[in-house]
Amino acid sequence: MTVTGGVAIVGSGLVKRFARDKKESITALDGVSFEARHGELTALVGPDGAGKTTLLRLVAGLMRTDEGTLRVLDLDAATQPQEIQNRISYMPQRFGLYEDLSVQENLDLYADLHGVSVEQRQERYPRLMEMTALAPFRERLAGKLSGGMKQKLGLACTLVRSPDLLLLDEPTVGVDPLSRRELWEIVSSLVENEGLSVVVSTSYMDEAERCAHVVVLHEGKVLADGVPSSISSRARGHSFIATSTQNESARALQARLIDREDVIDAVPQGGRVRAVLRAESAQSIPEATFEPAEPTLEDGLMLLLRQQTNAKPAAGAAIELADKPAPDREQVVIETHDVVRKFGDFTAVNRTSFEVRRGEVFGLLGPNGAGKTTTFRMLCGLLPATSGTLLVAGADLRTARAEARQNIGYVAQKFSLYGDITVRENLDFFAGAYGLRGARANERIDWAMDNFELSNRAGAATGKLPGGFQRRLAMAAALLHEPQIVFLDEPTSGADPLARREFWRRISSLADHGTTIVVTTHFMEEAEYCDRIMIQDAGTMLAIGTPDEVRQQAADESHPVATMEEAFIAIVEKSRDQVRAKDAA
Amino acid sequence: MNATLHRILILIRKELIAVLKDPRSRIVLVLPIVLQSLLFGYAATFDLDKVAYALLDADRSGASSDFMARLDGSGVFHRVMNLNSASEIGDAISRKRALLVVHIPSDFERRILSGQGATVQAITDGRNSNTGGTAAAYVSAAVERFNADWRQSHDGLRSPLTIETRAWYNANLETRWNMIPSLIAALSMLQVLMLTALSVAREREQGTFDQLLVTPLRPTEIMVGKAVPSILIGLVQSSIILLLALFWFRIPFQGSLATLYLGLILFMSAAVGIGLALSAFSATMQQAMLYTFVLLMPMMLLSGLTSAISNMPTAMQYITLANPLRYAIEMVQRIYLEGAGVTLLFNDMWPLVVIASITLPTAVWLFRHRLV
Repeated sequence: MTVTGGVAIVGSGLVKRFARDKKESITALDGVSFEARHGELTALVGPDGAGKTTLLRLVAGLMRTDEGTLRVLDLDAATQPQEIQNRISYMPQRFGLYEDLSVQENLDLYADLHGVSVEQRQERYPRLMEMTALAPFRERLAGKLSGGMKQKLGLACTLVRSPDLLLLDEPTVGVDPLSRRELWEIVSSLVENEGLSVVVSTSYMDEAERCAHVVVLHEGKVLADGVPSSISSRARGHSFIATSTQNESARALQARLIDREDVIDAVPQGGRVRAVLRAESAQSIPEATFEPAEPTLEDGLMLLLRQQTNAKPAAGAAIELADKPAPDREQVVIETHDVVRKFGDFTAVNRTSFEVRRGEVFGLLGPNGAGKTTTFRMLCGLLPATSGTLLVAGADLRTARAEARQNIGYVAQKFSLYGDITVRENLDFFAGAYGLRGARANERIDWAMDNFELSNRAGAATGKLPGGFQRRLAMAAALLHEPQIVFLDEPTSGADPLARREFWRRISSLADHGTTIVVTTHFMEEAEYCDRIMIQDAGTMLAIGTPDEVRQQAADESHPVATMEEAFIAIVEKSRDQVRAKDAA
Repeated sequence: MNATLHRILILIRKELIAVLKDPRSRIVLVLPIVLQSLLFGYAATFDLDKVAYALLDADRSGASSDFMARLDGSGVFHRVMNLNSASEIGDAISRKRALLVVHIPSDFERRILSGQGATVQAITDGRNSNTGGTAAAYVSAAVERFNADWRQSHDGLRSPLTIETRAWYNANLETRWNMIPSLIAALSMLQVLMLTALSVAREREQGTFDQLLVTPLRPTEIMVGKAVPSILIGLVQSSIILLLALFWFRIPFQGSLATLYLGLILFMSAAVGIGLALSAFSATMQQAMLYTFVLLMPMMLLSGLTSAISNMPTAMQYITLANPLRYAIEMVQRIYLEGAGVTLLFNDMWPLVVIASITLPTAVWLFRHRLV
């Protein structure tokens, strides 16, 4: 290589296999060749299991390749891993913060581990604190920080010394849009002002779009690499914005489109649907009008996946449900009135009132620590409200008879089925816990196996299955007893774009059949799937209404907003400014 | 009622699958209990078959030789030294040359013959109180025999010899007979307590407990569903130790199996209640582990397993009243060795019922009301 001066990482023909058991092995990387340049942001994107984390760990010198050569900062990763590690910083997906130590103690610990001198610390700490805005929280225990703050602290600990190359593995998973934006501002300024080289893996395409170079991985192979526009432009002529000519919701149109063979991808956007079509025209699709649209990186990626691997988003995800009489969509099934929840002096949820109707998809949106999960736990009867009333399917689940819980299904944020027993045993157990038995239980379990693609791993230990599979199983278990209302707490956190589309296709089928859905999410574009959303911050309800209404509410001010994410940030920041002004007065 | 029963059975089945599925955890439930029983049976025996002793015979009379002949002839005592003065006693003991020094005073024969009665002093190595105590007890046994013979041959009513030791005498000279039956309760409690203490805490830590609470399962049903598998596992472990006692150590069983298992079920319910309450109180498995360890040691010590409760300070004796193991050990020993029936054991059984009926409802309450 003659251009090594400009290149931070050169990998060629990288192969890495892992033994799954004695007989089988999984090929995580299958002949990967790529480059990352100095002073640039390089993104690794691709669905779950593409090999992003494996590739980062190879670069970090934490594992050795089975085949191929890898040079990092002009060092050979196979023979000089220690020299590489002395010059890079790596932030894994779950950064090892010590939750019982304070912010400052965590920083000191990592500075000690990396042998950062006292003089260097004095110069470095104030900058890190300014960058991450953690200065006011120095004494707070890391375990008490919000998800976004934890990630920022993780980044600060990673940067206690000045690395030549920074590796970030999905740094924004489970982080709300505000914190996500802040994290990216930190990373961008490091690249622009200090010329740091950064490699980041992500499943958010808008993040990859900000990078200078994108490497698309799929099942251990490089599908494409280049500047983001070289990938998005593949979808030129195929991207459209679709409007229904019928009186149907964006979600209904999206579901209709994504089920079609001639549609590669469809997501609701701004009350309409962004679609990537196989053909460059849309004549064949009835009851909708199509306008050409500027392609996005996600459009390009979906097209690429479809062309090269035949992967189709949400294929077969629509679930079969028994026909029922048309639900009364006016019936109020969840009703909260002036709900307050305090933990000591801290008010987690403050005077919140809302209603949810039968068959609605209701989204709870808010930054980390906004009170979404607390609201959720109160609705499910897991936590008593300090004051106010909550009625779910006509009962307060905290005090109602146990049978009232028969009406709800609950999918927690963290995977919470039994990891040490098999998939089938988990389904057996939850069927039984909900009173299903005999032929009826078997029928429902077969239904779950079929509709959530669980059959091929029925006898596998649940804890050892990949995350995507666990998420499907958790949802299947919550639906066995055909609940009227399903609660899902951040069901798509950490899920790749394909899995998210699958998930929402299932939700659409459920809502069509009259199941009420209450869902929290960090992905603002997912709010577009909801019939109505509520935005919370610091325990207070800031906005409630259809996605269109919320966008309009945010746009009231000087600037118009196009996306839900912009609307969300505008609403939350406006409220925070008001709170600050009030505190100052 | 039917629905409740069905839900409980489903939970019991899940618990048993989770515990017994993994071959390693099956081994963990059987192997340690066998090893510990053997360990206690062989290593934790206080019987002595060779007591090294030193003799300080200040009298050197016919009576003193007569007494010493009994000691030496017992087959247990083995004289390693003859001392000449009291000043040598300290040296013999501290250098561990003898476990015991027998001191016969200079007026020994004169006092016996005059009917005043004499005293033999047994000085034991206090650093090892168990063996020392046993050795001293053996000396008093020899004194007893000497007295009995003396009364017979002299038609006297008074016993001429007394010994300066207050330790009690183990009539059958076999501590193993006391120890092994106690283990039927004590060893199985160790693992049952650990198992139950982790059961709810594990679910809480892994988030599955919330999932359980949103199902129609009621807290009481969860409690029963968690308690029954633990009790079953405890009974299996007790049975393993019982089999070892019967067929390996060959200790004859005097009582009825029905009484034994009734007692064990009561005991396991009390222990499981404590475990579940601890577990429901803990936020994490680590906390539950810690609480269990903190509790286990005093429960073992204050149970009468290794030291007699009647020898403890009064305050300690009151604390033992809250310890289910105390009742269980007494109960199992009496059933096993004496063949005691339910009516005789009533005083050991009702406290277990009281403990279980306090701890189990506490656990149920904590399931939903633990402060977050």
